[in-house]
Amino acid sequence: MASGEIENSDYQQKRWHNIRKLLERSGPFCHPDFEPSAEILDYIMNSCKVLIVGAGGLGCELLKDLALMGFKKLHVVDMDTIELSNLNRQFLFRKNDIGLSKAKCAVEFVNKRIPGCEAIAHHCPIQDLDDGFYRQFHIVVCGLDSIVARRWLNGMLMSLLQYNDDRSLDQSSVIPLVDGGTEGFKGNARVILPGMSACIECTLDLYPPQKTFPLCTIANTPRLPEHCVEYVKVLQWCKENPWGPNTGLDGDDPQHVAWVHEKAQERAMKYGIANVTYQLTQGVLKNIIPAVASTNAAIAAACATEVFKLASSCCANMNNYMVLNMSDGVYSYTFSAEKRLECVACSNTTRVLEIEPDATLQVIYDKLCEDNGYLMKSPGITTVINGRNKTLYMASIKSIEEKTKDNLKRRITELGLYNGVDLLVADVTTPNTITIKLKFSDSIDIDMSR
Amino acid sequence: MASPSPKSPEQNEKSKQYDRQLRLWGDHGQSALENGHICLINATALGTEILKSIVLPGVGAITIVDENITSDEDFGCNFFLETSSKGLNRGSETLRLLLELNDAVQGHSVQEPPDQILKDNPDFFKSFNTVIATSLNEKLIKDLSQHLWDLNIPFILCRSVGFLGSFRIQFKEHAIIETHPDNERVDLRLDVPFPILSQYFDSINISTLDLKDHGHIPWIVILYKAVQQWQITNPDRWPMSRKEKNEIKEIIQQYIRIDENGVPITEENFEEAKRAVNTALLPTFLPVKIQDLIYSSAAINLTKDSSAFWIMCSALRGFVEAEGKGKLPVTGVLPDMTASTEHYVKLQNIYRCQAAADAEIVYRKVQQIVSQLQCDTMSDTEVKLFCRHAHDLHLIKGSNIALEYQPGGPVASYIARHLEEPDVMMVHYILLRAADMFRSEHCRAPGEWEPESDIAKLKNCVSKILTDVSCSPFPKDDHIHEMCRYGGAEIHSVSAFLGGCVAHEAIKLVTNQYNPVNNTFVYDGASTNSATFTF
Ligand SMILES: [Zn+2]
Repeated sequence: MASGEIENSDYQQKRWHNIRKLLERSGPFCHPDFEPSAEILDYIMNSCKVLIVGAGGLGCELLKDLALMGFKKLHVVDMDTIELSNLNRQFLFRKNDIGLSKAKCAVEFVNKRIPGCEAIAHHCPIQDLDDGFYRQFHIVVCGLDSIVARRWLNGMLMSLLQYNDDRSLDQSSVIPLVDGGTEGFKGNARVILPGMSACIECTLDLYPPQKTFPLCTIANTPRLPEHCVEYVKVLQWCKENPWGPNTGLDGDDPQHVAWVHEKAQERAMKYGIANVTYQLTQGVLKNIIPAVASTNAAIAAACATEVFKLASSCCANMNNYMVLNMSDGVYSYTFSAEKRLECVACSNTTRVLEIEPDATLQVIYDKLCEDNGYLMKSPGITTVINGRNKTLYMASIKSIEEKTKDNLKRRITELGLYNGVDLLVADVTTPNTITIKLKFSDSIDIDMSR
Repeated sequence: MASPSPKSPEQNEKSKQYDRQLRLWGDHGQSALENGHICLINATALGTEILKSIVLPGVGAITIVDENITSDEDFGCNFFLETSSKGLNRGSETLRLLLELNDAVQGHSVQEPPDQILKDNPDFFKSFNTVIATSLNEKLIKDLSQHLWDLNIPFILCRSVGFLGSFRIQFKEHAIIETHPDNERVDLRLDVPFPILSQYFDSINISTLDLKDHGHIPWIVILYKAVQQWQITNPDRWPMSRKEKNEIKEIIQQYIRIDENGVPITEENFEEAKRAVNTALLPTFLPVKIQDLIYSSAAINLTKDSSAFWIMCSALRGFVEAEGKGKLPVTGVLPDMTASTEHYVKLQNIYRCQAAADAEIVYRKVQQIVSQLQCDTMSDTEVKLFCRHAHDLHLIKGSNIALEYQPGGPVASYIARHLEEPDVMMVHYILLRAADMFRSEHCRAPGEWEPESDIAKLKNCVSKILTDVSCSPFPKDDHIHEMCRYGGAEIHSVSAFLGGCVAHEAIKLVTNQYNPVNNTFVYDGASTNSATFTF
């Protein structure tokens, strides 16, 4: 930073006059705890550390918005590199930047444009950063497109919660999470106070289920152009291995997409199906969500306003979930999403899974994947029996999967599981191992306090 | 390893860059955008945030009208200004940094004050598709909006003060062909099947199909057959009531085959048929909205200046009255359903063929009209698109911003009604207007220097507006006080929110897709609340 630029203290500079009116004047609608003063901007600029998760459509906007709202201690994490198709909305990147780290490019641009901004980039997956890293922030704001990554981050912030001896929440361990998401002309923004208001896991049912096509349709009775693309992706690629057996299908490789497009067209022709285009092929392969600058700008701005409210307490936060729909006029609606008492991530209680004693391990596995409270992707299940760790099933490591897959067919009692035993479950949707107590449905006395 | 070089061409660079938005408005929407020219008056933070989300998707050109010199405060909340911009013209500086976003966009900067342009060069605004203005005082709002109304150029008037913001869209009329409704009604014509559809239905006999084919016939066929059977005992009738629809479900149930143990064999297509009974049996009709459109005087009394939309509406009326027998052209869209490829593709082609034949008739009528009027012709693609969306055409009749300033008119009583409710979002609207008036009278924003001393003056402005709409004064001064607290401050995140919304609306206007706000949007960032008013 050029030191000659600073007149008085940085927060007294004339360029912050707009923000200062909000922070240094009292108003009739201010939060009762709000004490207008010049120190608030000093805090925002020099103490308040904010983590921006994602440097894509929302992340670029968030970084600019927060930097212009006075925040200087900003961190940005994103593992992605810049692609041409980002440039219609990710306004901090240019064609010359294609292939570079999004986080680094975005931070460099904003630090240069806005004097005094000290943003720091982390070009890595969010999972590579540990609890010590996340604990340093006062506020986390998230603009991700992946639900799994969002759930992981949510789990991380929930795992930082600490409880007092009387089981009440230690308020100082709460790091507020502001989360935004968009899809085409629609979006949402929400404020999560971990342990206090509804978290991502509490409201999993708000995400639409992923669209899938039954295998028999794809293989035998294709009707839509999507079915033809799925056929090539799921069946034909591994049969023909066009780039050799070691090369998997990469939706980002234009040669691969073109190959799939051509094969899908051949199949479509055979069945008389029209409209297998390159654009559609790519959309199916990469599960592309349409995106446009305007929706991202509006949702990120709504999130930035909430971050500003959290940091300054100048007025109450939204309570607690806003949906925005810009496809027919512009319509917004704010409602209070409810915290689920038995939430896997944010409730400080023992989780219980009720099960028939003669059930197989598969039944438990399916419940973890399909039950609305869990919706896991590929849970690894272990337990402790007689003081020894026992892996019941784990798909993520191939050798263990092979060794444990037969367990799925076995009855849980055969595997040594008993009423009241603790299962330790790990999954990509959470950084934490989740403890779940089994309760056999026919038993009445079970000591849940253990 | 040698790559199995595919024959199919890759996308070109432009379609790659715009891929994510082309999925929302298509190539034709993109080319409309690329032919668009947007004018912005005053490159405030709100102004540049609007242009940012118009330049990124690739509008043809932008023109910024701004006579202001960049101040410290501008630079503090506007991303498209840099340290070196201070002391330079705000319009040309923001233009330079905005154009860096997309090298396909042309840009111009005009440093004259807008009131001067209105006086000296009123035709200046004629070349734009939409004019957007921020931070205008009341006098200029009135003059400019009237001028643009007379020129018939769409105008978006925007405000951003403190946590509050609003935008007002003014145009005479705006016709949307592709409204992209969330739930489009399917157009299957089961009650009035066209000849090739009837022939297809008649060619299938459910009871003689082998078991494999039985599970593969589309539910549309099943439903049609069930109604036919029901009509044997209910001649010349169509199942409408709940009871009648249940009778249809029972007939479908009877079609389901049973295995050797007498257990019904679950077939997805029959389940789908039962589920469709409630929605798919709605008789085909001409929506009132579309009837109003095609019989409106603009569609009947064509002139050679009539827009393509009205000419197509007129041709559509011709179709409805003659070949369509009271119905619109077939949309030609078949939803996905369980079926064998053969059955599905055949049925799909039947609907598509009929849609093409209907559109062709409308196209011929368009050509007739065009040659009679001796006006510009339209492509068959354009007419096809119109027919495909004929069920969801939407026309918005606009209103002049001047009406909001007219004491005692219908808009005044509309405002009064909302204030009496009381609707706090309408109170915000009044305060935003009072702040405009304050600026006209005092050449600064209320509370710009010091909040308390301006409260009485702003209250005066509020009273004038309330008198015009015949409303009693506000019981409390809290909203007036809050506006003075803002002191005209432009808060970046509030402007960025509105900027995204306004850019979006401008794109809707230029592409003629999706319904825009009709006609005023008010936002309060403090309470995360928004409202739409139709003045
Ligand atoms: Zn939760």
